[in-house]
Amino acid sequence: MSDGTATATVAERSERSGTRFDIDWVRRNGVFVALGLLLLANVFLTDNFVSTGTLRLQLVQVAPVVIVALGMALVIGTEGIDLSVGAVMALAAALIPLYVGYGSVGAIVIGLVAGAVVGLIAGVLVGVVGVQPIVATLGLMVAIRGVANLFGGEIKSIREPGLVSLGTGDVVGVPYVVVIAAVVSLAVWLVVRRSTYGRQLVAVGGNKLAARLAGLPVRRVLVTTYVVSGLLAAMAGILLAARSQASDPTKLGQLMELSAITAVVIGGTPLSGGQVRILGTIAGALLMQLITATLIFHDIPDSTAQIVQAVIVIVAVYVQLGRGKARRS
Amino acid sequence: MSTTMVDPATANAPETALANRARFASLVQRQGALAIFVVVVAVASVSFDTFASQGNITGIAVQASFLAMLALGMTFVIMTGGIDLSVGSVFALGGVLAAWGAQHGTLVAFVLPLAVCGAIGLVQGLIIARGGLPPFIVTLAGLLFARGLLLLLSDEGATTYKVPRGSSFRELAQGELLGIPYPVVLVVVFFAIGGLVLHRTSYGASVLAIGGQEDAADLMGLPVVRTKVLTYVASALLAGFGGVMIASYTSSGVTILGVGTELEAIAAVVLGGTLLTGGAGTVLGTLVGVLLLQVIKNVINQVGSLDSDWQSVVSGTILLLVVTLQRALTRGDRA
Repeated sequence: MSDGTATATVAERSERSGTRFDIDWVRRNGVFVALGLLLLANVFLTDNFVSTGTLRLQLVQVAPVVIVALGMALVIGTEGIDLSVGAVMALAAALIPLYVGYGSVGAIVIGLVAGAVVGLIAGVLVGVVGVQPIVATLGLMVAIRGVANLFGGEIKSIREPGLVSLGTGDVVGVPYVVVIAAVVSLAVWLVVRRSTYGRQLVAVGGNKLAARLAGLPVRRVLVTTYVVSGLLAAMAGILLAARSQASDPTKLGQLMELSAITAVVIGGTPLSGGQVRILGTIAGALLMQLITATLIFHDIPDSTAQIVQAVIVIVAVYVQLGRGKARRS
Repeated sequence: MSTTMVDPATANAPETALANRARFASLVQRQGALAIFVVVVAVASVSFDTFASQGNITGIAVQASFLAMLALGMTFVIMTGGIDLSVGSVFALGGVLAAWGAQHGTLVAFVLPLAVCGAIGLVQGLIIARGGLPPFIVTLAGLLFARGLLLLLSDEGATTYKVPRGSSFRELAQGELLGIPYPVVLVVVFFAIGGLVLHRTSYGASVLAIGGQEDAADLMGLPVVRTKVLTYVASALLAGFGGVMIASYTSSGVTILGVGTELEAIAAVVLGGTLLTGGAGTVLGTLVGVLLLQVIKNVINQVGSLDSDWQSVVSGTILLLVVTLQRALTRGDRA
C-alpha cells in the first residue's frame, strides 16, 4: 500500500516537474515564439507587410512604448508599479513648447528634469515613507496630469527645427526615435546585468527584508528606480511630442501605463518582483504593437482589436504564471 | 521619559502612551478623510454663498452618486486584497446597454446591462479566484474587453443611443422621493446594505479574513473561491448599475464616460481608510472619500478664476497627503 503510494507520488512528481519544465520554457521564451509566429503569419497573409515603410512605421510607433516599458520593468523588478508614467509623458511634452526659447536642448533638459522630479517624489513616497507603490503613483498620476494641463493648456504645436528633426529625422535610414530606444535598451540591459545597482535592484525586489538585513541600501535603490522610470517616461513624452510636432497634455500618454505594464508582464517579468527581463519586455512591446498593427492591416475595427488584446493578455499571463496544472491540483 | 522615578501608578505610562498613539493612528486612518471633509465643507460654506444652497448640495450629492456605486464595489474588492480596474469601462458599458435597452422597454434597460456586467464580473472572478491570476492584470484585460464591447455596440463610439421621450426609465435618476433625488436615495440604501453585509454576514467576515491572510482563511475552511468570485460579480454589478443610473440621468448612453473612473474609485476607497493590502476598512469611509472628491471638484468650480485642472491636482495631492499621514502614524506606532 505504502509502496504504491510512494511510486504514485514519484511518478506524479516527475510528471509534474515535466510540466513545470515545459511551462518554464514557455514562460521564458513564449513571447519570442509568439512574436516570430505573428511576424511569419504577417509576411504571408498581409499585403505589403515586407516593406521598409511598414517596418519603419511600426518601429517608430513602438519606440516610446519600449522606453517607458523598460523603466516600468525596473520598477516591477522591485515589486513596485508606476502608474504615473503617462502623466509624466504629458508633463514633459507640455513643458517643451514653454521652454523652447532656451533652444531645443534646454527645453529637452527641462522636460527630463521634470520627469526625474516626479520620479523622485514617487521614490521618496515608496522608499522612504513606505506608501504602497500603486497608491503613491496613482496619486501622482492624477495630480501630474492636472499640472501638465495647467502648464500646457490647449494643444501647442512644436516648430523648433532641432526638435522636429529629432522626432522625424533619421540616421542612415533609421529614425532617431528608434536609435534612441535601442540605445536606452542597451543601457538598461547593461545596468541590470553588469552594475551593482542592477544586482541590488533584483535583490530588493526578491525580498526587501532580506536585502535590508544584508545591508543593501534599499531606500536608495527604490528611489533611484522611480527616478529612472520618471526620466524614461519624460524622454518618451518628449519624443512623442517631437514626432507629432505638437503637445496635447490632455491626451498624450493616456493609457501608456497600461501598455507598458502589459509589455513587461507579457515579456515574462513577474509582478511579484525579483526579476527584470529586458529582452522579454522589448519583445512584449513589439508583440502588442504587431498585434494592433495586424488587426489594423486587416481592417478589424478598434472595438474588436481591444477585445482580442484583452483575451491575449489573459492567455499570455495564464501561460506565464505556469498555473495551468502545476498549481492547486 | 525624563523621570527615572517610577511611580507604580504611572508604571504603565509608556504602554498607555503607545496604546493612545495606536488609537490615534487608527483614528486618523479611519476618520482622516472625514476631518478633511468637514474642514473643506466648513470653509467652503463660509467662503461661497452659493455653496451651502440647497441646489448646490443636491447637485453634489447626485454627481457623487455614480462614483459612489463604483466605489462601494471597489471597497469590497480591495478588502479581499484585490483590485478592480475594469469598473470604469463596465460603468460606461452599463450606461450604453441601458440606453439601448430603454428603446425596448424599461425592464430591458435594467436587466440587460446588469446581466452583461454581471457576466463580466463572473468571468473575472473565476479567472482570479480559480486561475490564480493577479487581479491587477485580469481586470486590466477586463477594462479593455468592456471598452471594446462598448465600441462594438455603438458603431465604434459613433452612435449615442437615446432613452425615448416619456420612457419610465428616465424616472430612475430624474425622479425624487420627498424632494431627494432617487440616485441619492439609492446610494444611501446600497451603502446601508453594504455595511450590513460586511459586518453582519458570514460573507462579510470571509471578505475581511481573506484580505487579512488568504492562506489562513483557506486553512480555516472559509469559502475563499466563492467569496472572491462573489466580490468581483458584486463590483461589476454595482458598476453596471452606476451606468444604468447615469444613462437614466443623461437620457442617453454616453460612450466616452468612465475613462479613469476606476482610479477615482480607488482613490475614494483609500481616502476612506480602507487599506490596499486588504483585511480592513469601512463602507462609510468610502462614502466620505467619494463626497470629499466631489466637494473638492465643486469648490474648484465655485472659484471661477481657477482652471478645472486644479481638481485633479488637489485630489491627487490630498490622496498623497492622507496616505503619507497614515503611513507616518502607523510607522511611529511600530517603532
